[in-house]
Amino acid sequence: MKRLTLNAAAVAVLVVTIFPVYWMFLTAFKPTRDIQSETPTFWPSHPTLDHFATAISAPNFWIYWRNSLLVTAAAVLFALVVALLAAFAVARMRWRGRGPFVVAVFAAQMAPWEALLVPVFIIARDTDLLDSLAMLTGVYFMITLPFTIVTLRGFLAAIPPELEEAALVDGCGRLAAFRRVAFPLLAPGLMATSMFGFITAWNEFAFVNVLIIKDQSLRTLPVWLSSFRDVFGTDWGATMAAASLFALPALLLFLFLQRHVGTGMTAGAVKG
Amino acid sequence: MRAGHRAFWPYLLIAPAVAGGAFLLLYPLLKAAVISFQHFRMGELIRGGAAFAGLDNYVELLSGAQFWQVLLRTLVWTATNVVLIVVLSTGVALMLVRLRRGLRLTLMSALALAWATPIIAATTVFQWLFQSELGVVNWLLVTLGFDSFQGYTWFADGTATFAVLVVLVVWQSVPFAALTLYAGLTTIPIELYESARIDGGTGRQVFWKVTVPMLRQLFALVAVLEVIWVAKCFPQIWVLSQGGPDDATTTLPIYAFKIARVLHRYDLGSAVAMLTVVILAVALVNNLRRMVRS
Repeated sequence: MKRLTLNAAAVAVLVVTIFPVYWMFLTAFKPTRDIQSETPTFWPSHPTLDHFATAISAPNFWIYWRNSLLVTAAAVLFALVVALLAAFAVARMRWRGRGPFVVAVFAAQMAPWEALLVPVFIIARDTDLLDSLAMLTGVYFMITLPFTIVTLRGFLAAIPPELEEAALVDGCGRLAAFRRVAFPLLAPGLMATSMFGFITAWNEFAFVNVLIIKDQSLRTLPVWLSSFRDVFGTDWGATMAAASLFALPALLLFLFLQRHVGTGMTAGAVKG
Repeated sequence: MRAGHRAFWPYLLIAPAVAGGAFLLLYPLLKAAVISFQHFRMGELIRGGAAFAGLDNYVELLSGAQFWQVLLRTLVWTATNVVLIVVLSTGVALMLVRLRRGLRLTLMSALALAWATPIIAATTVFQWLFQSELGVVNWLLVTLGFDSFQGYTWFADGTATFAVLVVLVVWQSVPFAALTLYAGLTTIPIELYESARIDGGTGRQVFWKVTVPMLRQLFALVAVLEVIWVAKCFPQIWVLSQGGPDDATTTLPIYAFKIARVLHRYDLGSAVAMLTVVILAVALVNNLRRMVRS
């Protein structure tokens, strides 16, 4: 009896958790007359790709898609490289100022980004970087950088330096030792942090609203989706198709990496 | 750790990170603080040459009624969301521990899926769920016998819009909190529960006397993160209601954004943003200090 109540409650939580995502995909695949019927259908009895065709053929769709991908990938990649260098210095070397640097990185992790919208806008204006994807990439890079350094440092610290030293003794150069020994062990950490960076940049909405003003062809998917009424009116099928296409990369990446990241995140965090 | 490196190497390695932080974080932060003490509006944005205005912006804010209204609303918004998130995610975490493997993994995958759904995608979906005519929520409520929800327009009423936003933010936040608390629960040694049971503890006693003390730090961490996240929450509110109707969902970040972008009062907007940061820091510093100490 107790088990039954527990399972029933679990199924209820499961339904509430998954329903909005399910409803998004379902609406996207439903023909318009099913969407507009008085009693909703909860199963795709006549699936159609019409709404996806509408969403894809909306003006500039592929440009926004490309912008989002470009900005996200560049920000994540820059953050990984810069963070790996800094994490290596922190985890493997002794130097004056190391303590303050670590404290600064932790503090930067809690940076009040929402408070920086106005100054970043003004700085971009003063340096002619309004309506530029480079400025946007820079901001996303900086938002993800502190977390990336902290996590990679945790992973690096968990790899015994003796492993690399053994490689050094065997005649490897310092760089080769790092690349051949530590780098493969860092893979889960790199995946965990790049996923965090991806989600952050892919989602970002406030800064792109402030930094991309005149040139509409430089907008990203979140901004485009937020103005779906201008694009699709009350065509909810097309709106949900657009939302699905925007959500899909994040969901796929997440499901794909979940296994590695679940353990990776905690390993990096705890041993830091 | 070897001391034999040439002295400049570490500094070379951190140089890109330091440069990024200086130009893209420290400089804007200082600029925000400076602007909040200046007279900086549309004219100054175009011409430059903003003059210092001392505490004028802060006086203007703190002496007006609107700021206090928005502050109170932000407190209600944050408290409502965080309490719901912590209570619900604790329930879900306790549930996960007790479930059989198959159902547990299914539920965890569902939570991960909800967590990974991009914010704006989820916000758009919730607008569709709560549509007045074809929205599935109204259909469900009418089917359950609440006939007054026939064609109910959620986004015309302040309280209803506020409620929809709470549901949205709670739905987005519970997965992270629940999975984190679940991970914490699995680290409590099973012997502790067994001995508590042998001593005759009821389920409720075991929860308050064993689980909560063991996970005190984790609870504090989750609560702190959620307070920060909810209080600063911007895209959901902006996309769904732009702070309306009648300012019913205007919290501090929305207020700062409106003042700066719509009214071109960059000085006043910066002052609101600085006050938000100070309020959050003061509210959380005690909690953080306790976490660091324990």
